[in-house]
Amino acid sequence: MYKIIKKRLLAPSVQLMEVSAPEIAKRAKAGQFVVVRVNEKGERIPLTIADSDPGSGLITIIFQEIGKTTQLLGTVKEGEEILDIVGPLGMPTHIENIGTVVTVAGGVGVAEIIPVAKAFKKAGNRVIGIIGARSRELLILEEEMKKHCDNVFVATDDGSYGQKGFVSDVLSDLLSKQINIGLVYAIGPVPMMRVVSELTRQHGIKTVVSLNPIMVDGTGMCGACRVSVEGRTRFACVDGPEFNAHQVDWNELVSRLSLFKKEEKVSTERFREECRCKKG
Amino acid sequence: MQKRVKMAERPASERIKDFRQVNLGYTNEQAVEEAKRCLQCKKPFCVDGCPVEIDIPGFIKAIAAGNPLKAAAVLKQKNNLPAICGRVCPQEEQCEIKCILHSKGEPIGIGNLERFAADFEKEHYAKNNRHTALMPKNGIKVAVIGSGPAGLTCAGDLVKMGYLVTVYESLHKSGGVLRYGIPEFRLPDDILDYEIENLAKLGVNISLNTLVGRTKSVAELFDEGYKAVFIGTGAGLPNFLGVPGENLNHVYSANEFLVRVNLMRAFEFPLYDTPIYVGGHVVVIGGGNTAIDAARTALRLGAEEVNLVYRRSEQELPARREEVVHAQEEGVRLRLLTNPVKFSGDENGFVKEMECVKMELGDPDSSGRRRPKLIQNSNFTIRTDMAIIAIGLSPNPVLPSLTEKLERDDEGHLKIDDKYMTSIKGVFAGGDIVGGETVIQAMGMGKKAARSMNEYLKEINPKPS
Ligand SMILES: Cc1cc2nc3c(=O)[nH]c(=O)nc-3n(C[C@H](O)[C@H](O)[C@H](O)COP(=O)(O)OP(=O)(O)OC[C@H]3O[C@@H](n4cnc5c(N)ncnc54)[C@H](O)[C@@H]3O)c2cc1C
Ligand SMILES: Cc1cc2nc3c(=O)[nH]c(=O)nc-3n(C[C@H](O)[C@H](O)[C@H](O)COP(=O)(O)OP(=O)(O)OC[C@H]3O[C@@H](n4cnc5c(N)ncnc54)[C@H](O)[C@@H]3O)c2cc1C
Ligand code: FES
Repeated sequence: MYKIIKKRLLAPSVQLMEVSAPEIAKRAKAGQFVVVRVNEKGERIPLTIADSDPGSGLITIIFQEIGKTTQLLGTVKEGEEILDIVGPLGMPTHIENIGTVVTVAGGVGVAEIIPVAKAFKKAGNRVIGIIGARSRELLILEEEMKKHCDNVFVATDDGSYGQKGFVSDVLSDLLSKQINIGLVYAIGPVPMMRVVSELTRQHGIKTVVSLNPIMVDGTGMCGACRVSVEGRTRFACVDGPEFNAHQVDWNELVSRLSLFKKEEKVSTERFREECRCKKG
Repeated sequence: MQKRVKMAERPASERIKDFRQVNLGYTNEQAVEEAKRCLQCKKPFCVDGCPVEIDIPGFIKAIAAGNPLKAAAVLKQKNNLPAICGRVCPQEEQCEIKCILHSKGEPIGIGNLERFAADFEKEHYAKNNRHTALMPKNGIKVAVIGSGPAGLTCAGDLVKMGYLVTVYESLHKSGGVLRYGIPEFRLPDDILDYEIENLAKLGVNISLNTLVGRTKSVAELFDEGYKAVFIGTGAGLPNFLGVPGENLNHVYSANEFLVRVNLMRAFEFPLYDTPIYVGGHVVVIGGGNTAIDAARTALRLGAEEVNLVYRRSEQELPARREEVVHAQEEGVRLRLLTNPVKFSGDENGFVKEMECVKMELGDPDSSGRRRPKLIQNSNFTIRTDMAIIAIGLSPNPVLPSLTEKLERDDEGHLKIDDKYMTSIKGVFAGGDIVGGETVIQAMGMGKKAARSMNEYLKEINPKPS
């Protein structure tokens, strides 16, 4: 059992939790994730380790409530426990000093990119952050991002804050300025990562993305998370989740993410119904 | 000659509607009758066929004499988990094939009798009467990685010798393939739970959600004071065919399909949160136990038809004979000498058909089985909305790849010496991770490794007794 020590709402439907998991906190590195099962009937879902502190034994997870499991997790209160957490899983981000690194994140992806930005900064890089959200109230962790980046650019789809448009638009401007960029790193919704990948391909800049396929065990034994990279099948949970963006088969990823759309709807509606009954 | 006493089975039409057991077990009278058929050979060949050398005539004699508890005790001298082995061992190619009655007609139902004795003990007297002799605790810590049959057996033996044993398991439940692979209708969870509870009562500590290599390393285990380590991480890496279209939606590895159903209980969706697709026209590719389990599971979920596609002939099917017969009774259709070459999907990326070729058998290969050869221009398609690939598993690479100096052979199995020690001193291994293929082999190796670990620990830490 893993106790929730702190819980905070970062934006509408975006929750931050600090959870006691000393073994995981001791070894977690940037780019790694945990698999969480909330209760006995629960599904196993992957969530990035947004922060970890070996001293206090806490790990931080930040998640957007989109379906049954994330909404259920959102109902667990401070002081209560999560049944199962395993990790740290996946390959840590390959961190090196390459000069300038641009980290691009949208939505809840900002939470996932912070440990990466932090690690690149620590390795001596100049780190530029580009973060975005649909609107100002949905933007998370801007201050935190500023702590670890040399510059931070913000974009919102509706223009309520920062530049109006997508994070990829900001990246596009930056690329046209001909500064020397060693690496672009992107996390977020698939369409965003895909556009980033197209942009940097044109400029010949190495780009790493953190993929988010459906996972079950997260330890390499089922193949649910398989993605095609450079024409080869890879298991994102153990070979990734980070891959060379220019080699990813994006169509396949999009299609595989839609695998259980129908079932997800059933689950979510059922859960809403239950919540309503409890409240009513 | 007297015929073997048949074990009652539920009719196929009834059992495909649920996940309850297919075989119902012997009654007392049936067990005694079957046991009395045993000739009690002076030189029992059956024992040679048993990978853990159970005193087979001995336990059968006890059943014949009306003393199943004694029979269970005899079984447990060599086999910690007889209720499990009685259900899943391939007896027909191990002990029963060597039975002297085999040549004359029907061999003794050794597996059935084993199951009977073990179940009898569990139901009747187990709670008060655990007759396990325990050595006093010696204060020495040992770690076991993986809670499949190899790890559980090793842990059980070590705890009885007096060691302080912790089992580390990456999943949220223990049991390995016995839990997530073999379905409820062949091996009910409560039997496994019972055995695991007994281990806990003996003092085995099971630490779940711990992926050794990631959550902690083997080296760290030694730092934490463990004096020896056993690795029983199994063969958990699913193989794929490598044909086009294999990543289409609703093409699954058997492992994913079975994990969703058995471990995550997707068959109770939406009561349980993990979803599973119920295919109408299911194809399963492969011919081993895994393939047969997947096919029968798909039927139970409600598939209209299940085609089992295998590239050799019925004779070469590696699955247990009994399971193949059961599958056929239940309506699984065997498509033999057939090999898939391609999957195609609809515009949304969901699988729609599987293209196959016909095969014929050529000369024997290194395993002695006749090698399947492709018949040119024999392509045809099978309509399908769900394909399950069950063409085998490879050794789980996670721990070995994250552990320095742990040597593997070309197939990825851990290298061990005749004492089950790996290339790292004090680190032992057994089960599928070193090349085992069955539950009983895994248990046998777990047992022998426990003995070697004990010798090793005595050597490095000689204590005046
Ligand atoms: C390595 C990795 C790290 C991730 N980190 C984060 C994070 O830090 N914060 C965050 O909010 N989200 C993260 N995600 C996504 C998160 O796992 C999904 O949002 C979550 O599983 C949705 O579950 P649900 O039941 O709430 O929604 P559902 O209604 O079940 O699903 C909504 C969508 O989420 C995806 N999804 C569904 N089930 C799974 C599953 N078992 N595994 C992966 N994706 C699934 C599908 O695209 C689906 O359409 C990460 C995913 C991966 C693979
Ligand atoms: C579907 C199916 C049906 C089968 N049917 C039969 C049958 O009828 N009869 C028969 O004799 N055999 C059968 N087999 C084969 C048999 O199950 C295996 O030979 C046996 O389970 C091997 O045991 P094991 O202990 O070596 O490994 P496993 O049972 O595979 O257990 C390994 C355990 O280690 C855990 N693990 C892996 N890596 C780590 C790590 N790094 N840290 C912590 N834990 C880890 C895994 O999660 C797993 O729980 C079947 C196999 C399958 C898949
Ligand atoms: S999630 Fe099962 S192999 Fe990656």
